[in-house]
Amino acid sequence: MPEKRDVVVLGVGMTKFGRHPDKSLVDLFAEAFLEAFEESNIELKDIEALYFGNAVGEMTDGSSNLSGFMADEVGLRGIPAMRYDGACASSSVAFREAVRAVAAGYYDCVAVGGSERLASAGTAIGTRALATAVDGVYEINAGLTFPGVFALAARLYSKTYDIPLEKLREMMAYVSIKNHKYGAINPKAQFYGKFGDLKVEDVLNSRMICSPLTLFDCCPMTDGASAAIVASEDFAKEVFDKDLIYVRGTGQASAGSLFRQKEDIIKAIPRRLSSQMAFKEAGLTPKDIDFVELHDCFTIAEIIALEAMGFFEYGKACSAAMDGVTWVDGDLPVNPDGGLIGKGHPVGATGVSQIYSAVKILRGEYKHNPIPDAETAMTDTLGGDFGTLTNIILSVHRR
Amino acid sequence: MGFTEFFNALLEGKLIGQRCKDCGAYTCPPKATCDNCKSRNLEKVELSGKGTIRSFTTIYVAPSGYEKEAPYVVALVELDEGPWILGRIDIDPKEADELDQALIGKRVSVFAKGFPSEPFYPDKSKRVVPMFKLEE
Repeated sequence: MPEKRDVVVLGVGMTKFGRHPDKSLVDLFAEAFLEAFEESNIELKDIEALYFGNAVGEMTDGSSNLSGFMADEVGLRGIPAMRYDGACASSSVAFREAVRAVAAGYYDCVAVGGSERLASAGTAIGTRALATAVDGVYEINAGLTFPGVFALAARLYSKTYDIPLEKLREMMAYVSIKNHKYGAINPKAQFYGKFGDLKVEDVLNSRMICSPLTLFDCCPMTDGASAAIVASEDFAKEVFDKDLIYVRGTGQASAGSLFRQKEDIIKAIPRRLSSQMAFKEAGLTPKDIDFVELHDCFTIAEIIALEAMGFFEYGKACSAAMDGVTWVDGDLPVNPDGGLIGKGHPVGATGVSQIYSAVKILRGEYKHNPIPDAETAMTDTLGGDFGTLTNIILSVHRR
Repeated sequence: MGFTEFFNALLEGKLIGQRCKDCGAYTCPPKATCDNCKSRNLEKVELSGKGTIRSFTTIYVAPSGYEKEAPYVVALVELDEGPWILGRIDIDPKEADELDQALIGKRVSVFAKGFPSEPFYPDKSKRVVPMFKLEE
């Protein structure tokens, strides 16, 4: 097999996350794309393909086959344009496929992104749209929701590791406090200027969504879009005058129905497989990662993710936020952009928004919440009840 | 076997699974391959319908099409034969939240309840939910 080429990220873009009843999926994508495009110092004719993530456009906006409309809107009429659906990991899957195509030499420069409108869909339709990613025969019939999936996981975590549920809930609350604090200072976040000073009691006493998860344990419904330009190192060196951010490793894995994963629900085995694939490709270990942007769709989800990715032993990440380890001044900053909880979660756009934050932080452009001297970052995006897992390792250093 | 056959049997009180003739493991609901060893050498069997609650949650915010049923208590049950299945506990949600973690480990028997279908459910005629009855 021929040597794979080094792949880099050029410009990145994202809309403000939040509620955008006045903007379509296309409008939102165009805004994010143009930010990434203008930063990249390339011409439209340089972009050879579009890799686009969207999970539930049929349900929220009555639209499918979206990628061509996205390409056409921004002046890319005619190029191959693909839509990827990996539920909440859709644009991370799109990003990874784009990286692989460039690494293999099929393309020198491609566009990646995602767009989704959950907030404007309303809670009932939004919840049903998201629930299309659970088993459509044997899980949705009981009315299982995504908060429900992680509520089941939280209770199982408490029982398995013998941590009283009240104690676990308190530790989970610190994940919400941390991510809301960082969301509140992120101008692109849904909760910019809001909930930056939550207390444990605020989280525990907010409205119960599905026991034991309250409203503040959950990420919000969000409208938004994200984009990035991905290119070969050789192409990028010709055009780009900012620091190149290298895609050092990627990983992806899958799983079937939640109930078939049994007690491994809290071990997130697909995430372990995906992370190890990314670490192996990068030639790195968890110790080499300076900060993480991970899939905190719910507070317990951040805890489970940190363990499965290999940063903590199983059963040991629950106190990480409470102990300060995962704050920006701790040993392993996690979700410095606010994560899904503070920044918002426009599903198909989320993965590339993690790339956006990681790239800005690595370039030292993230002035409102910097991580000084950070050189290597890892993203983690979960689709469905562990059905799709994608991890990306980015670094200022080439292989 | 198609999914409606599984649910129709459940409505008649029969929990259908498969026993693998290669590794002996049980799979439920039925699959094209053994959930343990991937073999296709499977025989259809009726399971005991008994199991143990491994986790649960009371869902207050339901998806479109399910709102009238909320709150309801969803659970993962480990069947005595090994597979885990997802359904609802036949319990007052208030009682479930009072019992809290003490519900985990309780013994249950499986039955089925039919609900009206919803626009996106694959069976357009009905939606069958596995129900878990707490044993005394």
